[in-house]
Amino acid sequence: MPIHEKHLIRPENIKSHDKLVMDGIDISGHWSTFIETRVVKDYNESLQDEIAALPGGEYVHRCWQCGSCTNACTVNAINPDFNPRYWIYLIRMGMESELLRDKDIIWQCVSCNKCTYVCPREVAPEGVMKATAHWLELKGHTPQSPSTIFDDVFSTQVIETGKIEDSLVVRNFFQRTGQSLTQDWLIEMVKRMVAHLPVKMLMALGIATVLRPRTKNWGGARDAIKEYVAEQDAHHRKALGLESLVEMAKLEAAAPFKQAAE
Amino acid sequence: MTDNRAEKYKKVAYYPGCALEGTGHAYNRSTKEVGKALGLELEEVKNWNCCGAMEVKNVDPKVQTYLSSRVMSQAVNEMGHSVVMAPCNGCYHNLKKAEFELKNEEGTREVVDRISKKAGHKTYQAGEVETIHALDWIKHGIGEEGLKKKVSKSLKGMKVANYYGCMYTRPRNIFPEKDKGPGTESTSQPHFMDDLLAAAGATNVDFPLKTACCGGAHTLSDSDMSTKLVLNILKAAEASGANVIATECPTCHTGLEMHQIRAEKRFGVKTNVKILYFTQLLGMALGLSAKKVGVHENMSDSFELLQKQGLA
Ligand code: SF4
Ligand code: SF4
Ligand code: SF4
Ligand code: SF4
Repeated sequence: MPIHEKHLIRPENIKSHDKLVMDGIDISGHWSTFIETRVVKDYNESLQDEIAALPGGEYVHRCWQCGSCTNACTVNAINPDFNPRYWIYLIRMGMESELLRDKDIIWQCVSCNKCTYVCPREVAPEGVMKATAHWLELKGHTPQSPSTIFDDVFSTQVIETGKIEDSLVVRNFFQRTGQSLTQDWLIEMVKRMVAHLPVKMLMALGIATVLRPRTKNWGGARDAIKEYVAEQDAHHRKALGLESLVEMAKLEAAAPFKQAAE
Repeated sequence: MTDNRAEKYKKVAYYPGCALEGTGHAYNRSTKEVGKALGLELEEVKNWNCCGAMEVKNVDPKVQTYLSSRVMSQAVNEMGHSVVMAPCNGCYHNLKKAEFELKNEEGTREVVDRISKKAGHKTYQAGEVETIHALDWIKHGIGEEGLKKKVSKSLKGMKVANYYGCMYTRPRNIFPEKDKGPGTESTSQPHFMDDLLAAAGATNVDFPLKTACCGGAHTLSDSDMSTKLVLNILKAAEASGANVIATECPTCHTGLEMHQIRAEKRFGVKTNVKILYFTQLLGMALGLSAKKVGVHENMSDSFELLQKQGLA
């Protein structure tokens, strides 16, 4: 059975019977052939366009479902539910609710680009994964994933100063994701890192974290980038119809008060 | 290809990138030392900026392209260089990608031009510089024969698994000079590092995961995934009979070191294979001391092995 029919035999769609006799034959047990009749009614016809409007998703329409991406995928080898080809199918078909079932793992793409390397249609599936994760967050289906928090922390520092300093990025990231900096393996790592270092160098490293590296005369570039990013952000929100969603949410939130007043 | 590269690569603009100023310091040090020993000159790009690594593109890919274009603009317009050498896979990849996009995409050219003008510097034009990796630099600047002549301490007895990671070969379209037949780099079976280390006397093992991914993009945000991916690499290297993994990127290198420790601490899986930058191995073969090429700055402690081999 092609995987794109897989949703029909998801665990919740399988019927199981403790005691079922039909025409005198005991057929108790789990039956994956006992599929609940299911009609997909909730197509989002603009799903493909929405993904294509976000960076990386531009070429999703080219996919012809060969499956090479999933076959080559690094994450799929560890978690078989991570299936780029299937998600691209759902996006192209507009099957939003099916896509949402996997919303908590899509961000796990490690950007290894093995999919992009093998794709015969130049879909750039890696980009589609990023666009989809981005879409899930913009639409409020998922909270910000650790991965996008990292992108933010990192990008903010580059845009502000022109350079990054790894220990600061790490510290800010741990802070924003609420992780402790005193995890056993981190401590072990630092211990081994400093094991052979002369005192002079340790001092220098200490100083490096006080004197943040920055690119000279970066101000002009910083302002120009910020202006452009703000424009793009507004553009993406518009493409996803987020403004009207916000309006709808406001109306809905106001509704109970109206009822109470009546 | 008409080969004037030995001449061209004698003196190049050097883009170390942020990682080489931080966790990848040993790579910076050993790259410079090897250059000196081989008579290849490096001139650091003036007032460079970060290329955005793997992160900025997720915020906006065109901003990432701009970041790389500014580095290349500095090299050509402020210093008059036509070759930029980047030893970090991330930097190398991003500069190549920027070159590709500026050549092929009108929209990107417009955004880059607009930001460059506002930032107050000359817009980089596609084709003004050639971006190369540290591997290209040594392979074409000196070559195996040239290297052999300068080796004073053979790496004999070192069994090396050469690890190239993702960004050095993928995606293929941004590396038009690869996969062009004999003498060029292969994107499926890269061999430049193998070639150089073999010339220095090392034995390269048959290592199947040369271009596997270590999960570097999520090294902190999805650490268990990265640890699993790194363990695959470490175990495969050990199974191939390697006693050392040679790396050519600070991110890959740190990823392997960090998750080797994490695998031990979190999952109780210990691996013994050592991790060294290829420039550290080459440096020692050229007679430089282990300290000089920064072996003491690595997390992976390889002194015992190096002493046994008479290298440290
Ligand atoms: S880039 Fe992402 S989707 Fe593509 S192969 Fe790698 S992990 Fe899988
Ligand atoms: S490899 Fe490309 S064409 Fe094939 S299924 Fe994946 S995205 Fe579609
Ligand atoms: S890829 Fe890494 S090392 Fe290179 S400039 Fe960007 S952050 Fe710095
Ligand atoms: S191997 Fe790891 S660090 Fe190296 S390029 Fe791939 S993900 Fe990045």
